[in-house]
Amino acid sequence: MGLESSVNQPFLATRLDEVINWGRKYSMWPMPFGTACCAIEFMGVVSGRFDVSRFGAELVRFSPRQADLLLVMGTITQKQAPVLKQIYDQMPDPKWVVSMGACASSGGFYDNYSVVQGIDEIIPVDVYVAGCPPRPENVLGAIVKIMEKISTEKAADWR
Amino acid sequence: MNESDILARVKERFGARVLAEYTFRGQTAVTIAPETLRELLLFLRDDQETQMDWLMDVGGVDYLGYGSDEDERDWRFEVAYQLYSMGKNHRFRVKVAVRDETVEIPSVWDLWAIANWEEREVWDMFGIRFTGHPNLRRILCHDEFVGHALRKDYPINKRQKLSQPSEMILCEKVEWA
Repeated sequence: MGLESSVNQPFLATRLDEVINWGRKYSMWPMPFGTACCAIEFMGVVSGRFDVSRFGAELVRFSPRQADLLLVMGTITQKQAPVLKQIYDQMPDPKWVVSMGACASSGGFYDNYSVVQGIDEIIPVDVYVAGCPPRPENVLGAIVKIMEKISTEKAADWR
Repeated sequence: MNESDILARVKERFGARVLAEYTFRGQTAVTIAPETLRELLLFLRDDQETQMDWLMDVGGVDYLGYGSDEDERDWRFEVAYQLYSMGKNHRFRVKVAVRDETVEIPSVWDLWAIANWEEREVWDMFGIRFTGHPNLRRILCHDEFVGHALRKDYPINKRQKLSQPSEMILCEKVEWA
């Protein structure tokens, strides 16, 4: 980043993480994987009253290749599970996952033959949001939690 | 026609081949054997008085453990055909008695094209086979699913994971844990 010439090498290594994390956490690009009523609640999150752009995550992408924050909002059936897995795999690193609502986190009340009992059976999850559906504030809270997580990460840990 | 007129017309033509009939809150149904199914449905579709041009739904019923001694039903499954006439605005229900899962009943996909998917759903959920069906595959559950989920003896806590990518993903194979 051109800083190497002016700063000592050991000092630079930690500062680089901070600079990168600072950039990452205020410009998350969410990819909504909405399958149920949680996705309706997400519309409120991106609209004016709650306004996720206050946290820099307003640029909703509908291609996983352009996103780094996967929001799984709703019931995931066994038949749909490979689709979700495929979308997660298509996202470039670094990437984070929010499991929004009871269904995505645990299957919810769909304790039956066809529903995945929590998406963490398929993909890694960073933050779970409780609620059926959660309030928009809870989703904003999850984004803040992701920000806190990003600020503790090392850039070299990602591919 | 109201439904009792349709019932009378069916009984006049099919007589003793109508195994059972009932009317509940204005809804009339007859129960028949699989051998009579196609003939009866074709009659209801093409008869000038009934003109059942729309097969609204096909559903299965599992009566395992249902009822008691006074229940004289000696078959386990029923397949119910909900018929509607768009021109005449009347409805009728035909039920087929299926003794057990070894009995195959004739497909009616050539009478109403929608029966293709409806019969696949009954096969998927209840394991009832339809002879003459062009594509009797699962429609709701994934292809690896073992058993039939809406049967009464399906274990309620049984979980079946999809271990292979579905055909609906046409991209390269996904590593699937």
